[in-house]
Amino acid sequence: MVSVPHALLALLSEGPKYGLQLREEFEAGTGEVWPLNVGQVYKTLGRLERDGLAESDGTGQDGPQKRFRITAEGREALAAWLRTPPDLTSPPRDELVMKVLVAARVPDIDAHEVIQAHRLYLLELMQQWTWLKEGEARDDLSLALVVDAELFRLDAVIRWLDAADVRLARAAAEPPRPATAPAPAPQLRRLGTRR
Amino acid sequence: MSRPGPRGDSGDAERVLELRGVSKTYGQEPTAVRALAGVDLSVRAGEMVAVMGPSGSGKSTLLTIAGSLEEPTSGEVLVCGMALAGMARARKARLRRRAIGYVFQDFNLLPGLTAAENASLPLELDGVAVPKARKAGLAALEALGVAGRASWFPDQLSGGERQRVAIARAVVGDRRLLLADEPSGALDSVNAGEVMRLLHEACQRGVAAVVVTHDAQLAAWADRIVLLRDGRMTGHTTRPPGPESLLMPGEIR
Repeated sequence: MVSVPHALLALLSEGPKYGLQLREEFEAGTGEVWPLNVGQVYKTLGRLERDGLAESDGTGQDGPQKRFRITAEGREALAAWLRTPPDLTSPPRDELVMKVLVAARVPDIDAHEVIQAHRLYLLELMQQWTWLKEGEARDDLSLALVVDAELFRLDAVIRWLDAADVRLARAAAEPPRPATAPAPAPQLRRLGTRR
Repeated sequence: MSRPGPRGDSGDAERVLELRGVSKTYGQEPTAVRALAGVDLSVRAGEMVAVMGPSGSGKSTLLTIAGSLEEPTSGEVLVCGMALAGMARARKARLRRRAIGYVFQDFNLLPGLTAAENASLPLELDGVAVPKARKAGLAALEALGVAGRASWFPDQLSGGERQRVAIARAVVGDRRLLLADEPSGALDSVNAGEVMRLLHEACQRGVAAVVVTHDAQLAAWADRIVLLRDGRMTGHTTRPPGPESLLMPGEIR
C-alpha cells in the first residue's frame, strides 16, 4: 500500500537525515495515519544503501549516529516512481463486491439487506473520518489529504452499493431472459480466481 | 479525543423537532402516491441529522412537513415541543418565522437586497424593529465570516459567500431548527465541506439541524444519518466510536 523505501527517499531528497528523524517525519508527513517502527526504518535504509539509492557517512553499526543521504540514482528512482501510475488495470478482488455478487445468488438471503448493512457501516466510517478532518486535520495538510482520499474512496463504494441496489431491484422486477441467464456463472468464477 | 461541543452528549438536550408516525399521501386512491409512511424522527438541540435516500424516497417531503410548510396525512409533528396540528395559521406562520431557518440548494437570496438586508429579512418580516433586526443580521454575518460583505449585493458575491449569507439568514435571531435541502448546491467539494462546517458550527451553538442530501460526504458531517427509501426509514447510523480508532491500524509492512 505505502512504499516505505520511496517515502524515505522523498524525505532524504530534502537533505541528509538520521534514522529516528526519518521515522518521525514519515509519520508526520502521512498525518500519522501510517505508523512505522524504527526497525523497519533501518531495514529499509540498509536496503536503499545496498542498492546504491542512499549512502551513509558512518561505516559502523546501524544506529542513531548514522546519517543518510540520497544518491543521484536515488533521485532518479524517486522521480521514476512518482510518475509511474499504480496498477489499476485489473479489477482488484474486492471483498465487498464478492459478497454482494454472492448475496444476489444465495436463496433466502436478501441482497438489499446485505447492501444496507454495508452501506450503514461505510457511512459510519465516513462520519469518523469527517470528524477527524474537522478536528485534527484542520491545520494538518498531510492528514487532510489522506482523509480526503479515504472519504472519496468510501463515497465511491457507497455509490456502487446504491447502483447495485437499483440493478438488483430491476433484475428482480424483470422476467429472466433465457438467452443471457447463464452468463453470470462463469464470470463469477473468473473474478474469484483472478490474481 | 471526544467530539467538541454539545453534540457529544446531547442525551438530555431538548427535542427541537419530533416526527411521530408521520405519513403523507398525495392524491386519492387508486392513484394515490405515498410519499412518507410512518416516519419517526427526533432531533435534539445541538444535533445534526442527515437524511439520505434515492430520489423519490420522500426526503424533501419530510423537510417540508418538518418545516410546517405542508401537513402530514397522519401522524404528529412537534417543533420546540409544540404540536403543529390544530395550531392556528397565524401562530404557525410566526413559529415558522421565529424558530425555523431554511437553507435551499440555490441559496434563494433576494437580488435587490444587500447581504445584511437579506440576513435580517426574516426578523423584519416578523415585525422586529429595523435597527434591532439589522444588528442581529450583522451578528449572523459576522458569525459566518462575511461581515465584510454586509453592503454587497448577491450578484457581487462568490458562490461560497452567497451560501454563507444564506446560512446567516437561516440562523439569524434565535432560530432553534435549521432545515437544509442539498445545502451545498453546485459548490465544489472543498467549498461544500465548508458549508457543512458552518452548519455544524451552528449546531455547536445549540441549533438542531436536518440536512437532506444525496451526497454521502456531506451527510458524514452529521451526528446521525437516516436512510429513507419509498417513504420509509430503512436504517440509521449508530454513533460510531471516536475517530481515534482510525489511527490505530496495524503496522504497515
